[in-house]
Amino acid sequence: MKRINLIAFSSLIAIAASATAASADKLTLYCSAQEDWCQLMARSFEDATGIDVNMTRKSSGETFAQVKAESSNPKGDVWWGGTGDPHLQAAEENLTESYMSPMRDQLHDWAISQAEGADNKTIGIYSGALGYGYNTDLLAANNLPEPSCWRDLLKPEYKGHVQMANPNSSGTAYTTLASMVQLFGEEEGFEFMKGLHSNINQYTKSGSAPIKAAGRGENTIGIVFMHDAVKQAVSGFPVKVVAPCEGTGYEIGSMSIISGARNMDEAKKFYDWALSADAQNLALQVNAFQVPSNRGAETSPSAPDMSTIKLIDYDFKTYGSSDERKRLLQRWDEDVSTLPQ
Amino acid sequence: MRNATRENAVHPALIFWIAAGWVGFCLLPWYGVEDGFFTFEWLLDGYPFDEDYAPAAFLIGQGEKLWLAPLLLPLVASLFALGRVKSDPVYARILVMTGAVGFGWLMAQGFGIGIRGFSFEWLKALFGDLGDRQFGMGYGALVVASSFLFLFTQGIAARGAINGDVFVVSAIGGVIVIVTTFVFFPIAKMLVAAFITEEGGYSASVFVSKFFDDRLWGIGCLSGGRCGAAWNSFFLALIVGFVTTALGLVFALVVTRSGFRYKRLLRALTVLPIITPPFVIGLALILLFGLSGSVTQFFAELFGIQPTRWLYGMPGVLIAQTLAFTPIAFLVLIGVVEGVSPSMEEAAQTLRAGRWETFRTVSLPLMRPGLANAFLLGFIESMADFGNPLVLGGNFDVLSTEIFFAIVGAQYDQGRAAVLAMVLLFFTLSAFYAQRMWLGKKNYTTVSGKGDAGVHPLMPRGLAIPVFIAAAVWGLFTIVVYCMILYGSVVELWGVNNTLTFKHYVTAFSVRIEETGIRWNGAAWDSFWTTIKISAAAAPLTAIVGLVTAYLLTRQTFAGKNAFEFGTMLSFAIPGTVIGVSYILAFNVPPIEITGTGIILIVSFIFRNMPVGVRAGIASMSQLDKSLDESSLTLGANSWQTFRAIILPLLRPAILAALVYSFVRAMTAISAVIFLVSAEYDMATSYIIGRVENNDYGLAIAYSTTLIVVMLSAVGILQLLVGRTKIGRRTQFGVGE
Repeated sequence: MKRINLIAFSSLIAIAASATAASADKLTLYCSAQEDWCQLMARSFEDATGIDVNMTRKSSGETFAQVKAESSNPKGDVWWGGTGDPHLQAAEENLTESYMSPMRDQLHDWAISQAEGADNKTIGIYSGALGYGYNTDLLAANNLPEPSCWRDLLKPEYKGHVQMANPNSSGTAYTTLASMVQLFGEEEGFEFMKGLHSNINQYTKSGSAPIKAAGRGENTIGIVFMHDAVKQAVSGFPVKVVAPCEGTGYEIGSMSIISGARNMDEAKKFYDWALSADAQNLALQVNAFQVPSNRGAETSPSAPDMSTIKLIDYDFKTYGSSDERKRLLQRWDEDVSTLPQ
Repeated sequence: MRNATRENAVHPALIFWIAAGWVGFCLLPWYGVEDGFFTFEWLLDGYPFDEDYAPAAFLIGQGEKLWLAPLLLPLVASLFALGRVKSDPVYARILVMTGAVGFGWLMAQGFGIGIRGFSFEWLKALFGDLGDRQFGMGYGALVVASSFLFLFTQGIAARGAINGDVFVVSAIGGVIVIVTTFVFFPIAKMLVAAFITEEGGYSASVFVSKFFDDRLWGIGCLSGGRCGAAWNSFFLALIVGFVTTALGLVFALVVTRSGFRYKRLLRALTVLPIITPPFVIGLALILLFGLSGSVTQFFAELFGIQPTRWLYGMPGVLIAQTLAFTPIAFLVLIGVVEGVSPSMEEAAQTLRAGRWETFRTVSLPLMRPGLANAFLLGFIESMADFGNPLVLGGNFDVLSTEIFFAIVGAQYDQGRAAVLAMVLLFFTLSAFYAQRMWLGKKNYTTVSGKGDAGVHPLMPRGLAIPVFIAAAVWGLFTIVVYCMILYGSVVELWGVNNTLTFKHYVTAFSVRIEETGIRWNGAAWDSFWTTIKISAAAAPLTAIVGLVTAYLLTRQTFAGKNAFEFGTMLSFAIPGTVIGVSYILAFNVPPIEITGTGIILIVSFIFRNMPVGVRAGIASMSQLDKSLDESSLTLGANSWQTFRAIILPLLRPAILAALVYSFVRAMTAISAVIFLVSAEYDMATSYIIGRVENNDYGLAIAYSTTLIVVMLSAVGILQLLVGRTKIGRRTQFGVGE
C-alpha cells in the first residue's frame, strides 16, 4: 500500500510540475499550415515583438470544429493558415472578427477579394493552384503515357492508377470538384467526375494523402494542390508535377481573428505582421511552395510559376457557401460515388 | 462488542468533511484561477478580496455573487449532526438533507448562471436580466461540492444502506458523481446534437434521415459493391475480437504452461505493439506489403505477377489491429490463466483425466471470464480504433474514421457524427451484454483462503504443437515489423534513400550544455515532457478509480448495480474522437471550465482507460474467494481495511495491468487527444502525426522509437514498484521464477 501512496504522491507532484507561470503579453495562435512553418511563424513573431506565442497546429477542418465548439468562450486569438473555405465558413457563422489591416495596400488583388467576400473577417495570405503529380518510376514500370491535361486522366489505361481525396472529408477534393464544375460547367463537370471515378483506386480521407502515396510508390497519380506535389519532389521522391492544360482552380490560404479574442491587440499585431513581406518570406525556409499574398514577398524557384498556369476565375463566395457545398457534395454522393468502379 | 465501541459521538470522517466544507467556502478561491490550477500566484495578488481570487464567504460579504449565499444554510445545518450518535435517525436525516440540498444548489447555480448571465431563456424571463456572470468552478467550489457529496453518503450509510458501511457508500457515491460528470454529461451534450437541425431547432426527422443512410447500412459488398460503414466496423471488430483472443490465449499458455525458455523475451515481444504510437505499425506494414513494399516486390519478381494494392482495405486494417490489440488480450488472459488454481487441475488428474481432458473440461472453462473479457476488449478496441483504418483503410470505411471526418471534414456535420456515434455505441454495448449472457451466473473463483499449493500441468501435446507454431509465426512477424520500424528511423528518407544516418534523432532530441545549464533544443522535447508528465499523472489515478470500481462491482451488492457497471464501461465503448469533441462542448463553459489545460487531458485519459482497470480488476477479483473478505470482516476489520490489506495485495497483476495500460495508452492515444491538445499542452502523438503529414517520416519514426524505449523502461520500473503476486505455489521446475 505504501507503494500505491508513493505512486499517487508522485503523480500529484507531476501534476503540480506541469503548471506553468503566466507572463505579460501573450497570443494564442491556431495554425493550420504545416508544423515547421507554424513553429517558424510563432518564433519569428516572438522575436519581432516580444509577445509570447502559444501555438497549436491542427488541420483547418479540426481548427474550424474547435473554434466553433469554443465559440461561447473563445480560447484562441488568431487562426492563421489553412485553405480558405473553413475561414469563409467561420466568417459566415460570425465566429471571426472583421478587421481592416493597414497592410492591405501591399497585397495581391486575390487576397483582398477574399476579404471583401467575407465582410473583412478573413484575408488571403497565400495561394496554391490545383493540379496533380505522378510517380515517374511507377509510370515507367507500367508503360503509361505521361498525362498533361485533366481529360488525360479519363483514359482507360490509367484505371486503378489515380487517387484523390473524398470531397466529403477533404477541402482539397472539394476544391477539385468545384473547379471541375466551374471549368467544364456543372453537367460536364459531373460527367468528368464520373469518368474519373472508374479510374480511381482509392478516395483518401486527407487531401494531400494521394501525392504522399505516390511519393512512397503506393499509387501512380495523385490529384492534389501543386505545392504539395512540389514538396514531394523536393523531398527527394520521384514525383513530377503537372499543371493541367485546360486550366485549374486554386485555394487561398487565409487568416482570421477569432471573435471575442482574449488578446485582441496582440492578435491585430500578428495579423499585420503576417501580411508583411518579411513574414511571408519565411515560407521559403520551410519548403512551403505556395504563392505569398504580399506583392513584395519572394517566391521559391521550385514553386510552380503562377503566371504560366491557366487559372480559372474561381468563385469563392458561391462555392464556399455551405448551401452550394452541401448541394454539390450530395450530388457527388448520389451520382458519382455509388457508380461501380 | 464491535458495535459498542462504535456507539460514540465522535466521527472523524464526518468532522473532516464538515471542516472541508467550511474551509472551501471561507478560505479557498471559489472560482477557477485563470493562470492554471496549480499556480499559487493568487496568494500574493489581492487575495482574499480581489473578485477573481476571493473565497465565496468574502464575495458574499462584499455583496457580490449573492446566489452563493444559500449554500451557508446546509453548511450550518451540518453542524447539528456533530455530537449525535450514528443510530440516531436525526443524524442520518440531517446529513442526507444538508448533502442533497447543498449539492443540488451548487449544481443548479453552476448550470443556471454562466459567463453571459442566466444560461436559460426561461430564467431570464422569470427573473429579468441578471447583470452579473460567473466563470468556472475553482478549488473552493470543488472542495465544497465534495464535502456535500460525502456528507450525503455518510447520511445514507447511517440510514443502514450497505450495512452502514461508510467507505462503500462513499466510494459508490464518488464514482457515480465523477462518471456522471466526465462521461454521461459530455456524451449527452454530444448526442443531443443528433437531433439539432441546421437552423438550431430540434427534430426527430433529422435523426431518422441521418440514421437510415446507405453509406451506413448498405449491403452492396454481398453483390460485389461496397458495404456500409456500420457493417464494415461490425464484422471487422468480430474477427479482430476472435483472433486477438485466440492469439492472446496462445501466448498466455506458452508463458505459463510450457517449458519454453525465453518467456521474458516473449512477454516483451507481446507488449511491444501496445506501446507503439499510432500510424507506425501501419507505415511499417505499407513498407513491407504495400504496392512498392519489399515483400510485395520480392514475390512479384519471384512469380512474375503484377503487384497489387491488396493491403489497402480490410486485410491491412485486420493485420494492423491484430498486431496492435493481441497484447491487450494477452495482458487480460495472463492473469486469468495464472490464476486458475492448480488444485482443480490436479484433482482432475487424480481422477484419471488425461492432460487434454483436464485442459478442455477444467482449465478452459475456468478461463471463461478472461476469454470473454479479452474478446470484449478486442471488439471494442477495434470498433474505436482510428489510426489504423486511417492509414490502411483504403475504400473500406469504418465508423470511427467516418465520425472523425464528419466533424473535421468538408461537411462539418456534427449531427451525422452523433448518429454514427450512437450506432457504434449500440454495437459495443450489445457485445457487452452478449458477454455477460455467456458468462452467466457461474462461479469462477479458484483462489480461496484454503491451502492452494499445486503446479499447473503442462499443455497437452496435441495443443502444444499448434500453440507453439502460432506463437512462433506471430512472434517472428512482430520482430520483422519492429526491425522495419527501427530501420526506418535511421535511414535518410524511408523507401527512397537508404543511407544510414542519425540525423532524425539529433533533430528531435539534441541537447546542448550551456553555462546556464542544459538547453533542450531538440524539436521534440516540449511535447515529450508534456506527454511524460500527463501520462505519469493519469496512470495511478486511472488505476485507483478502476480498481475501486471493480471492487464495488464484484464484492458489493447494491441497487442499480447493473446501471452502475454500464456507466463505468460506457466511456470505453465511445470512440476517442467523440470523447474529444464532446469534452470541448461540455467543458469549455462554466461550471467546469478546463479546456486548454493539462487537466482535461488527464481527465480524458482516466475515463477512457478506466474500463480496462475495471475489467482487469473484475477478472482477477472474481477468482478471489469471498471467504477471504468475510474472514477479514469477521476478525473486526472494516471494508476499507479489508480492501487494503486483503484484496489489493492479491490484485497486483491487475494493478500492474491497469497502471501499465493507462500509462502507455496516455502516451500513445491519439483520437481524443487531437481535439484536446492546446498550445501549452501538446502531446507526442499529435506532434508525430504533424510530422507524418509533413512527410518527415524519419523524424516521426525516430520519435516513436524513442517513445517505445521510454515506455518499455517505464513498464519495467512499474513492474518492480508494484511487485508480483505471490500466491504461494510451488513452481513447475523446482526453481523459483
